[in-house]
Amino acid sequence: MFRDQGRQPHQLLYRPVRTGRPLLARACMPVLLGAIILTTATGCSSSSGTKAGNASARTGSGSAAPGGTITIFAAASLKESFTTLGQDFERAYPRTTVKFNFGASSALATQINAGAPADVFASAAVKNMTQVTDKGAAANPSAFASNSMEIAVPPGNPAGVTSLADLGRSSLKVALCQAQVPCGSTALTVFKNAELTVKPVTLEQDVKSVLTKVELNEVDAGIVYVSDVQAAGAKVTGIVIPASLNSSTTYPIAVLTKAPNPGAAAAFVRYVLSTEGQAVLSADGFAKPN
Amino acid sequence: MDRPVITTFVARRRTGRQRTPVTIAVPALLGFAFLLLPLVALLIRAPWSQLLSLLSTSDVLTALRLSLVCATASTVVSLLLGVPVAWILARVKVPGMGVLRALVTIPLVLPPVVGGVALLMALGRNGLVGRYLDRWFGLTLPFTTTGVVVAETFVSMPFLIVAVEGALRSSDLGLEEAAATLGASRLTIFRRITLPLITPSLAAGSVLCWARALGEFGATITFAGNFPGKTQTLTLKVYDALQDDPDAAIALSLVLLLVAVAVLAGLRENWLRPGPTS
Repeated sequence: MFRDQGRQPHQLLYRPVRTGRPLLARACMPVLLGAIILTTATGCSSSSGTKAGNASARTGSGSAAPGGTITIFAAASLKESFTTLGQDFERAYPRTTVKFNFGASSALATQINAGAPADVFASAAVKNMTQVTDKGAAANPSAFASNSMEIAVPPGNPAGVTSLADLGRSSLKVALCQAQVPCGSTALTVFKNAELTVKPVTLEQDVKSVLTKVELNEVDAGIVYVSDVQAAGAKVTGIVIPASLNSSTTYPIAVLTKAPNPGAAAAFVRYVLSTEGQAVLSADGFAKPN
Repeated sequence: MDRPVITTFVARRRTGRQRTPVTIAVPALLGFAFLLLPLVALLIRAPWSQLLSLLSTSDVLTALRLSLVCATASTVVSLLLGVPVAWILARVKVPGMGVLRALVTIPLVLPPVVGGVALLMALGRNGLVGRYLDRWFGLTLPFTTTGVVVAETFVSMPFLIVAVEGALRSSDLGLEEAAATLGASRLTIFRRITLPLITPSLAAGSVLCWARALGEFGATITFAGNFPGKTQTLTLKVYDALQDDPDAAIALSLVLLLVAVAVLAGLRENWLRPGPTS
C-alpha cells in the first residue's frame, strides 16, 4: 500500500521530466527557427507571368491586341490611381489581367534588381528608376506624373498644427518616410528649403505607412504626397505647404527588360501616358511631370 | 543466454538503419539542401573583406545595442510575468484552463504584424487602454524604446510560458508536498523546491524567448515604428539596409545568423540533450 502510493506519482512524474522537456524544446525549436526565418524575410512580391502572358507576348508583337497577365511594380503612392488605371486597362483590353505590387520605390527597385518577375516598374522618383536602369533591368523610362508634399494631420488636428514650422516643435510626434524612399527624401528637401530641423518619431517604409500612422492618430503629423491626402479623404486633414518651400518628385515608368509579357506591358505604359491615363492621375491629385 | 539475443537485435537494427529507402533519401536530401542553401548563400555572398568596417559604423552598433537591450529587457519582463502565468496554467485546476492556455500561446503562431496591429489597438495613443495611459499619465508607447520591449515581449513571452509550464506540470509534486509537511512556507517551497526543479526549462525558455525577441520584426515595426537609436533594432536595420546597401544587409544578417547558431549550440550543450542529471 505504502509503496504503491510512494511510487506512482514518482514514476508518473519522473518520466515526463526526462522526456518531456526535450520534447517541448523540440516543439519550440521549429517555431523559433520558423520565426527567425519569417522575420528575416523581407517584402513579398506578387506572383506573375502566367503562361498565357508568355504566349501572347511572343505572338503579339505590338500590332496584335495585348493579352495575358502583367505584373506592375508601383510606388505605394500610386495605389489608388493605378488600381483604377488597371481596371480601366482591363476593360479596354478584355484579354488582360493586371496585377500590382505596391511598395516603397526603393524596395521595389531592390526586388526588381534581385530578379522579381515583373513587367512594369512605376517609381516615385527618378533615383530609384535609375537604380534599375543602371543594372540593365529597364530602359527608356518615361516621366508620367509628379507629386509634391503636404502635411497630413489626424482629423480635428489634435496637436493644432497650422504650418510647416510647427513640425519643428519637439513635443510634436511626426512620421516621415525613410530617407531612401522618395517620400522621405522629398520631405527632407522641403525641410531644407524651410531651414527647419524636424525630429521624427518614426521613419516608415512607405508613404502609406506614414498615412496610416496619421489616420490612427498615433502621430500628430506626417509628410505625405498631395495625392495621398486626397486619397485618404476624411480620414486625414491636409495642411498645404507653400509652393516656395515645397518640393516635388517626378514619377518615371518603364517596361522591364525581362518582362514576361512585354507586349501587354508596353500597352499598359502607353495607357498610363495616354489622355485617359493622365486624366485619372490628375483627378487623383497628381501633377503633370516636370 | 539473454545477452546474444540483445546484441543480434541491436546489430539488425543498425544494418536496417544503413539502408535508407530512396523514396525517403531523395526528398530528404532536397529538404536538407532547401534549408541549408540560403544560409550557405549568405556566407558565400558575404562581403568578408569589408565586414568589419560595415559592422563598425555607428548606426549599426546603435542598432545592435538597442537589439540586445530590448531583447534582454523583454526576456526579464517575460520571466517576471510569464513564470506566474505558467504556474497558474500548470497548477490551477478550473474548467476553461485549457482555453486560457491556448489563448495565451496565440502569439506563438500569430503573424507578428498582426500582433503589432493588435498592440496598436490596445496600447496605441488611441487604443483601448493606451488612450488612458496618454490622458492620465501622458504615456505613449508607440515609437518609444519601451514600445519595442512591449512588442517583443508580446511575441516572445509565450515561448517561456510554454517551456516553464511543461516543466511545472511534470515536476514532482511529491517533493513540494514533502516540504510542506516538514513545515516549509509556500514561498520557501517555490524558491527551494519548485524553482530548482524547473531551472533547466526556465533557462531554455529564457534563451528561446530572448532569441525570438532579438529576431522580432513585424510587431516591432508596426507598433514601435522605425527610428535609428530609438526603435530601429538590428532586424529593422537589415530591412532598411537592403534597400540601398545590400552588403550592409548581408553583414548584419551574418551577425544575426551567428547569434542564432550560438543560441542553438547553447541549448544543445546545456539543455536540449536529455542529460542524466535531469
